[in-house]
Formats: sequence, C-alpha cells, structure tokens
Amino acid sequence: MASIPQKVVHQYLRHNKKFPHVWCAGCSNGIVLGAVIRAIHELQIPKDDVMMVSGIGCTSRMPVYVDFNSLHTLHGRAIAFATGIKMVKPNMKVIVITGDGDATAIGGNHFIHAARRNIDLTVLVLNNHIYGMTGGQYSPTTPEGDFASTTPYGNIDEPFNICQLAMGAGATFVARGTAFHALETQTLIKEAILHKGCSVLEIVSSCPVIYGRLNKKGSPSRMLENMRDNSINIKAAEKLPPEQTEGKIIRGILKKDDKAVEYYDKYTQLVNRIKSKNK
Amino acid sequence: MAKEEVKAPQELEKDWVLMQGNEAVAKAAIDVGVKFFAGYPITPSTEIAEILAEELPLNDGVYIQMEDEISSMCAVIGASLAGAKSLTATSGPGFSLMQEAIGFAKISETPCVIVNVQRTGPSTGLPTKPGQGDIMQARWGSHGDGPAIVLYPDSVKEAYELTIRAFNLSEKYRTCVILLMDEVLGHMREAVLLPDISKFRVINRLKPTVPPEWYKHYEEDQKYLSPLASYGEGYRFHVTGLAHDAHGFPTNKPAEVKTMVTRLKKKITHNIRDIVQIESFMMEDAKVAIFAVGIVSRAAKSAILKARNEGLKVGLLRPLTIWPFPDEAVQKMLRNVETVIVPELNQGQLIHEIERLTKDKTDSDIVKIQKANGELITPNEIYKSIKEVI
Ligand SMILES: Cc1ncc(C[n+]2csc(CCOP(=O)(O)OP(=O)(O)O)c2C)c(N)n1
Ligand code: SF4
Repeated sequence: MASIPQKVVHQYLRHNKKFPHVWCAGCSNGIVLGAVIRAIHELQIPKDDVMMVSGIGCTSRMPVYVDFNSLHTLHGRAIAFATGIKMVKPNMKVIVITGDGDATAIGGNHFIHAARRNIDLTVLVLNNHIYGMTGGQYSPTTPEGDFASTTPYGNIDEPFNICQLAMGAGATFVARGTAFHALETQTLIKEAILHKGCSVLEIVSSCPVIYGRLNKKGSPSRMLENMRDNSINIKAAEKLPPEQTEGKIIRGILKKDDKAVEYYDKYTQLVNRIKSKNK
Repeated sequence: MAKEEVKAPQELEKDWVLMQGNEAVAKAAIDVGVKFFAGYPITPSTEIAEILAEELPLNDGVYIQMEDEISSMCAVIGASLAGAKSLTATSGPGFSLMQEAIGFAKISETPCVIVNVQRTGPSTGLPTKPGQGDIMQARWGSHGDGPAIVLYPDSVKEAYELTIRAFNLSEKYRTCVILLMDEVLGHMREAVLLPDISKFRVINRLKPTVPPEWYKHYEEDQKYLSPLASYGEGYRFHVTGLAHDAHGFPTNKPAEVKTMVTRLKKKITHNIRDIVQIESFMMEDAKVAIFAVGIVSRAAKSAILKARNEGLKVGLLRPLTIWPFPDEAVQKMLRNVETVIVPELNQGQLIHEIERLTKDKTDSDIVKIQKANGELITPNEIYKSIKEVI
C-alpha cells in the first residue's frame, strides 16, 4: 500500500475509501474543501464533534470525502436535517455545505428560516452561479445576461445576493470569501464556526467546465484570477468612494452580531423557565 | 382479540380518562420516549403538535415548528440520526410534501414515525372530514420502490398502543413507520383505560458494540438487522440518500446496489410475522367476511352484531398492519368464506388487495361499499349489504 501523505488535509480525508472524487479537474470545490479542513484543524475541533451536512449538487458531494460525522441529504434540505441534529446534539459543530441552487432555490425557505431562528449552524454556500451537477442550468445567482443550458438566449432573471438575503433574514454572522483567496476564506470559515448563531459564509467558487465554457470565462486558473481582480476586501472598500467598488465582490465579514441569543440557548432558557415554574 | 366494552360514565373508575385519538398518540409518544418532534400545523392532526409543544420541553425533549412539512420530515431524520426517537404528524397535503424525505428515511434506514391523520379527497379536499384515500400513498407514495410498514388503529386506545408499536418496529427494523388514522379517530373522544407504559415492551435501536473502525452500519445479521450509532458518539459514519455499500458510501456497482435493495426488502419480508397484526372477529364459521380498517371496521362490527342476532354467519377481518399486507393471514381466513364485503372511505384501494388474494372468487363474490364524500359508512349500510349477499 502506498504510504499516506502527511499534509494536514490527509489526516482528515477518507483517503483509502472514497477517492478518486467526482469533481472535474479545475473545479474550485477542492480548494474550498482544503480551507474547511485547515480551519477545523486550526481550531482543534475533535473530528468526533464535527458534523458535516450537505444537500445535492457537485458541492454537496464534499462530506463523503472527510473523516467527520457526515450526512449527504436531499436537494435543498441540508439545513433542515442539520436543524434536527443541532437540536439533539447542541455541542456538535454542525457545518452545512451547500451550492447556490441548493441553498437559495429549492432550499431557499430553509435558508431564510434558519437565519431567522439564529440556530447555530455554519452554512457554507459555494456560489458557482450555476447548477453544476445537472449540467449547467441557470440558478438564482446566475448573473443577468449570462448563459446556461436553460438560458440559451441569456438569463433574464434578477440574481440573488446571498449575503444580503442572509442578513435580511436575520443571520447573525454573514461573510463572503472566494476560492482564490483560500487563506482568507480559511480564516472566515474559522470565524463562522466560532460564531454562536446562524453563520452564512458565501464562498464565490468556479465551475470552469460548464459555467466557464458557456460564458467564455477562460481557463480554470483565469477564472480564479478573475476573483482576485474583481473583488475587494471590505476594509479596503470602506475607504474608497462607492463608484470605485461598484460591481466588485466584497469580501470579508459583512455582519457580526454577538448579542443575539442563539436558538438552542433560547430553547434551553424556555425549558428552565417552565421547569422552575412547575416546581 | 375481543374489543373491550366502553363502560357507562357513572361506572368510570378513577383511571379511566376521556381522550381524543390525537391525544392518545401524543401521550404514547411521551411514554415511549420520543425526544424530538418537528411539524407544521394541519387539520386534523394539529392537536398532536400542540400537546407535544407543551409536553416535550417538560420531558427533556425538543419541539420545533418548522417552515413546512418537507423540513419537518428532514429535521426528524436528522434528529433520529443524532440519537433521538423522533416523530412528526401531518395530514394529506403535508403527507404529500413529506414523500421525498420518507424515501430518504427508507434508504438510509433511519428510524422515525410519521402520523398521517387522513382527510377527504385529493388536494385540500375536506380538511375536517374523514377519508381513507392515503392507503396506497402510504405504501407507494415515495418514488423508487422502497419498503413500508404502515399501522392503522380503530380506536383511541389502539391509537395509543399502535403508536408505541410503530416506534418499536421503527427502532427494531431501522425504518420509518407510518401510522395512518382516520380524521374521526383523531378527533373523537372515547373513555379509555390505558395500561401503564411499564406493561409494554419498549424496543430501542441496537447500538454498535464494535470499535469504530470495524463498524459498518449497513451490515446485516441473519434477520437483516444492524446496529445504528448516533452522530457525535465516536463512530463518524456517513449517511447518504444515494445507493450505498455496507459502510454507507455511495456505490453504483450493480452487485452492491443489489445487496442494498435486497436488504431493504428482506428486512420486511423475512420478519413479516413479527410485523403483521390482524384482528379476526366472529370469523370462525363466517360465510361472509367484511374486510375493513380503522373507523369503518367499527361500523362493520355493529352491523355484524345485528346480523349475528338474526343468525347470519358474518365476521370481520381487520388488519392493524396494513403494509406489508397480511397476505398469508388474509388468504387463509378468506378460504372458507363465500363473499367478502370491502367497505372503505375512498374509491377503491383495499379492494385491489382482496381481489389479488382471492383469485378463486368471481367478481360477484367481492362486494364493494365505497364512499369518498366526507361521510362515514354507517352500520346500516353494511348491514344492508350483508342481507343482500346472504
Ligand atoms: C428534488 C430534486 N430536484 C432536482 C434535482 C436535480 N438536481 C441535482 S443537483 C441540482 C442543482 C445543483 O446546483 P447547486 O446547488 O448550485 O450545486 P452545484 O452542483 O453547482 O455545486 C439539481 C437541480 C434533485 N436532485 N432533486
Ligand atoms: S461540473 Fe462544474 S461545479 Fe461540478 S465538478 Fe465540474 S467544474 Fe465543479
């Protein structure tokens, strides 16, 4: 048997079981998986305490590859399954891995309601602006005018801004990273996990094989460089006049509210209140 | 199994209580150790949620009202995989929304119980009226040919007993179990004397005893059963709705997929004697049998008692487990019967099963009484039908 490579990620992969993985060469999902693993490693969270839950899509294949408690659910429903787990095992770090379609189309209802409840889930939305798994149909985040297999004449739908949606719905930690800024994203993942309450981290990612080709976005590396060229960290953005940041992807922590009481804690408070009354 | 006579109110002992079917389900849930309920309000099942919203926080459990029935069913599965006995309750429209996740519970072999208090008609139909239109949906509603265990009570007391049994079967066979109830039963109050829960055998899922590196959550013993760890307890296992191998990892190898689907089926067929329950009432010398479930069987019993007073040889067959269908028992019991009357609150569902099992009988030997307008089938209608065939 070949010896096991000794990078941090290899300590967490189910390397002898489920590889090769399903992702295309050049897909950014692997970069994000690496960032997730290193974030968990740096936080020193025991593997037994990590619960990774996903929906359906290319992105949602992630949990099978890692040596955590893992649950690969139904299209759009990861957050609902995760809610059940969190309420029964509140001490677990429940991380939801979901795509833009999974989270904001079919799963949009669960997404906003988890945010409203402020339940302690870390929701990582990998936004590649397309339905990758099913061959490139448009999603709620496909930019207007862009091409997908079901928008052969260009997309007329107005896209969602995932972070604004999460903030509007009441998530208490909202941030954005990109697959290009892997180290920065890793730090954001750590912050999102540490935050007690509903954390939503949008990670702009790339589907070079379908979205990239249909929209002439260039090679996989070119698509990653575009993230570098078209984004700006919120701290830098705050110092610039609005016209200079228009159309840019704003990276960093967009909202962080540490005062709001988390949902399970509220439930516990309720239980304590009624139990003391009944005594 | 003779039914107990309900005593007149003045004779009630102190332990007799007046209780609704929905209340009985909720009480059984607490007694059997349910620790998680997720649901979305819908008539005529809502009382179950309301009672559990009050009781679960006082009994170390969690009640959560989700944004719809889809998420309710998903949360229930998540909670069960995390180790809690979990329940949801709904009615027709909500039951339809749950179907995809019900399939997930089946393929992932996750124990949980779904109560469907049926109403009349497709779509919104008649929300406050009885119907038995979901009998086939409870069997086949979720796509892709999975196993099904479905129980059907006929009284408030039995709603209590079968809720406990539903959990026992779901924990033992690691699958979702559906409790189908009639609207009237959900809402009807009856005087009941419930045995203490200590009188029941309560089954909890097997937990693995092997070290985590040896654990395969889909590896069976001879009875097609296998232990289920809970998330967060050191086993770090993978669960997916994809076809999977014994480790729970996705596979598309035909041989491994065959093992999986065979196991899902055999788990039920191999243990059918343990799963199936059927009541036979005055069937010993019966020439006419009535085959009915739930509330309709009670009308049938009144009709039978009246007919018996006149010397007519008629009896009742009533499955408490409707899926898997009790083929063997039904076939045996109908062998010496000339005519079968099948009254049901739909446009013909149970009757297909009876036709399938009575190939020796002609069309005129199988009599249907079907109503799907929100009204009940009365004892008199069944009595008249008995008179017509004898
Ligand atoms: C109920 C249901 N409807 C449709 C599908 C088909 N389907 C699978 S993945 C997917 C889209 C995935 O897109 P996204 O969530 O953006 O993830 P990606 O593949 O791009 O990572 C769809 C429509 C499904 N599996 N289930
Ligand atoms: S189709 Fe797109 S999103 Fe899916 S694996 Fe390939 S590159 Fe990645």
